[in-house]
Amino acid sequence: MSRSRTDRWLLVGLRASGAVTGAVVLLVIAFLLIESWPASRHVGLSRWITDPSWYPTSSAADGRFNLVPMLWGTLAAAGIAVALATPLALLSAVFCRFYAPPTIARFYRRMIQLLAGIPSVVYGLWGLTALVPLIQHFRPPGTSLLAGAAVLTLMILPTIALLADAALANVPGDHLRAAAAAGLSRPGTIRGVVFPAARAGIFTGILLGTGRAIGETMAVLMVCGNIVQTPTSLFDPIRTLTANIALEMAYAMGDHRSALFVSGLALMAIVIALVAMADRIGRGYAYA
Amino acid sequence: MHDQAISWHAAWPAPRLSARRNPDRFIAITAWLGAIAVTTVFFWIVVDLIRLGGAQLTPAFITNAPTSAGRAGGIGSVLVSTALILGVCLAVSAPLGIATAILLAEFTREGNRYCTAIRRSLDTLAGVPSIVFGLFGYAFFCVYLRMGFSILSGGLTLACMVLPILTRTAEQGLRSVPDEYRYAAAAVGMTRTQTLRQLLLPAAMPGLVAGVVLGVGRALAETAALLYTSGYADRMPSSLADSGRSLSIHIYDLAMNVPGGEPNAYATALVLVGLLIAINATAVWLGERWTHRKLSTA
Amino acid sequence: MTMTPDTLIPTKPVAVTVPPRPDHPPIIRAENLSVRYGDHRAFDQVTWTIARGRITALIGPSGCGKTSFLTCLNRLADLVPRCSVAGTLDIDGMDVLSAATDVIALRRRVGMIFQKPNPFPVSIRRNIALPLLDHRLCDRRTVDDHIERTLRAVGLWGEVKDRLNQSAFCLSGGQQQRLCLARALALKPDILLLDEPCSALDPISSGVVEDLIVSLRGRYTVVIVTHNLAQAKRIADDAAFFWLDGGAGRLIEHGPCRSVFENPAHPLTRAYIHGARG
Ligand SMILES: Nc1ncnc2c1ncn2[C@@H]1O[C@H](COP(=O)(O)OP(=O)(O)OP(=O)(O)O)[C@@H](O)[C@H]1O
Ligand SMILES: [Mg+2]
Repeated sequence: MSRSRTDRWLLVGLRASGAVTGAVVLLVIAFLLIESWPASRHVGLSRWITDPSWYPTSSAADGRFNLVPMLWGTLAAAGIAVALATPLALLSAVFCRFYAPPTIARFYRRMIQLLAGIPSVVYGLWGLTALVPLIQHFRPPGTSLLAGAAVLTLMILPTIALLADAALANVPGDHLRAAAAAGLSRPGTIRGVVFPAARAGIFTGILLGTGRAIGETMAVLMVCGNIVQTPTSLFDPIRTLTANIALEMAYAMGDHRSALFVSGLALMAIVIALVAMADRIGRGYAYA
Repeated sequence: MHDQAISWHAAWPAPRLSARRNPDRFIAITAWLGAIAVTTVFFWIVVDLIRLGGAQLTPAFITNAPTSAGRAGGIGSVLVSTALILGVCLAVSAPLGIATAILLAEFTREGNRYCTAIRRSLDTLAGVPSIVFGLFGYAFFCVYLRMGFSILSGGLTLACMVLPILTRTAEQGLRSVPDEYRYAAAAVGMTRTQTLRQLLLPAAMPGLVAGVVLGVGRALAETAALLYTSGYADRMPSSLADSGRSLSIHIYDLAMNVPGGEPNAYATALVLVGLLIAINATAVWLGERWTHRKLSTA
Repeated sequence: MTMTPDTLIPTKPVAVTVPPRPDHPPIIRAENLSVRYGDHRAFDQVTWTIARGRITALIGPSGCGKTSFLTCLNRLADLVPRCSVAGTLDIDGMDVLSAATDVIALRRRVGMIFQKPNPFPVSIRRNIALPLLDHRLCDRRTVDDHIERTLRAVGLWGEVKDRLNQSAFCLSGGQQQRLCLARALALKPDILLLDEPCSALDPISSGVVEDLIVSLRGRYTVVIVTHNLAQAKRIADDAAFFWLDGGAGRLIEHGPCRSVFENPAHPLTRAYIHGARG
């Protein structure tokens, strides 16, 4: 029958598309692995952390391959950003749901959505021309961990705020009615009932924000100064793993280039672990 | 019992500002201050964008080619490259993503292993940092497939990047079509192909378009994945095999590598943000149309 | 003219009222109380007093405004968008509907239990501790004593004392409902509003909760909505009958339980109780 044959062909086509879509991630991982193979073989495992510095060359024997300062740079910038953005984002969500008059809440939410839509390169441009001179005024050179963390904070604040706001909105009305009927105060309701009920969504937001902060390239590349060093103060210039890739891919050869793929692989592993955790929490804690 | 809407603001009286040591008052004040701070920074960014970019933004800026490394002239060729990169990206990701969405939403049951695997891989892909896509695109499209720094490489890299969001939104769009459509189609003996073409796809169109629009937004905002795939060339591309810079790379290059390039960087940023806002508004509008339909048929 | 039940409804129903007896002083007084949701009237012009320390049952068909009436008493109606309450309502000298009323204090004094058990999404212990601490009724050192005492009062202590830190959702429906009752009792309210507290429970749990309610007689003023007329008859001292008339609920008759059930003054009450319509 020709009608069912069309159906069968349709299904074959769809399955094939699905297979291609599903294969993309495997392709990405495969190419990262292939490209990072030479460096992993020539540099070994321990030199990534024991080498005295980062002076990569195209042959591993005469280069130095210490990734740790840049790892610290990434973690410091992302850590500070998450530490600053999380309370502000939760406050924003609580403001929208519990304290702001409805019109102001609507305006504020729209504004956060707009903030979320600004591309990272524009944040970088603004950080470079508005924040960096400001910091430079107090502590030269201005391009610094602080500038990077500030820009990252702005970038992940909307992510966390929007997800937290959605999580608060999804708290069942029954819980709120119960809280109101028990005469709980507004802070008591927020802390005792709403946050516990929404914590899965809130954690998911925080983890996704963290992933975004760690994986962000352009904004930190533009405002952090890109000097390879372990930061000791907020005003030190730093280089993150992502910025390093963006800077050195232009000319890297041989083992150096391969080393950049190793750092890319490491980044991907961190971010995938975070996403998996967010997914797990999202499913595990959800109250029906 | 139906879960009725609750008006959150009316549940408690306004915090009494006179009461001392009152946590409600404390949180109210902190929340207002936090919101004011965020709003201030938002307007700071917006005002800077308009103040520093607005003056250059003329019709000629949109159409002219950049000169003097972008310091002078406009963004004509950059806009063309951007459009071409997006075109390549969509030409690949939209059919693939929508087909996958149809597979996930219409042709498999919950818990099917094949589909779980596809979903899992899409979730993973969604978390991959964009610079890693850049690395992959460079190694795979530019080097392995010998496409070099080209609009084609850039567009294909972006296609990989936007697949997850596009697929997921399209899938939700299909799932929002009420089952009655499917039962009705089965009852009159339509094949699944016909059902899909004549009923489901038209009904799910807003969702599918919303997915594509969100994907475009994501691709338009992207820089890091394009640095080493589409390249830097700012001349007018003559084919897809030419290198071409996107708006975002133009901003980056002007800000970082071109002394005195900031005014034009800001003007370009203004164009980019304007485009993104328009795109997001479209997606929101489409999304609302779908929720309305969902509610009115529920 | 044939006497169909419809023609029995006077255009302006006259509530058949028994005046409050001096030995049962009123605690709740409603005068011309009406509730609307947008343009939809839930109930209209209810004038009624409820006696202190007694169990009052509210009966009537679905949609006649019983739940709406309860939510006026603790201002939970504030939470419903487009809901407006008119008339006067006085609880123990407090003008409930006034904007100046401290709703938090009001809701401490007027507890409420819902049809569907709705414990907070936290541990069993915190379910009781949360309101206690929020109202500053005890401090952190004594809160455990309060929790134990309250859980004993609803007969839940033996069942949960080893798993106080587990989520309240691990409990059965009946246990959850008793937990909600404990949560309300912990605040030492004067009035308890029970909105069909047993209708989501199996007969055994329902019996347990019913016995608990009976044990509250005298110490609390209980207002209970129930569709189970036998239950109302078993446990209530007073009863009130609401009826849907012209799209809005009205109070048709109220008085001592026995007289409402055994000797109803209004033909509609009689018809409802005998199952003619309902
Ligand atoms: N949140 C609301 N928004 C709009 N209308 C409502 C709302 N709650 C109740 N109503 C309407 O008000 C009327 C009275 O409802 P109410 O819940 O008080 O009835 P009830 O007597 O408790 O009924 P039941 O016995 O079914 O619980 C009904 O017509 C109902 O549709
Ligand atoms: Mg009810």
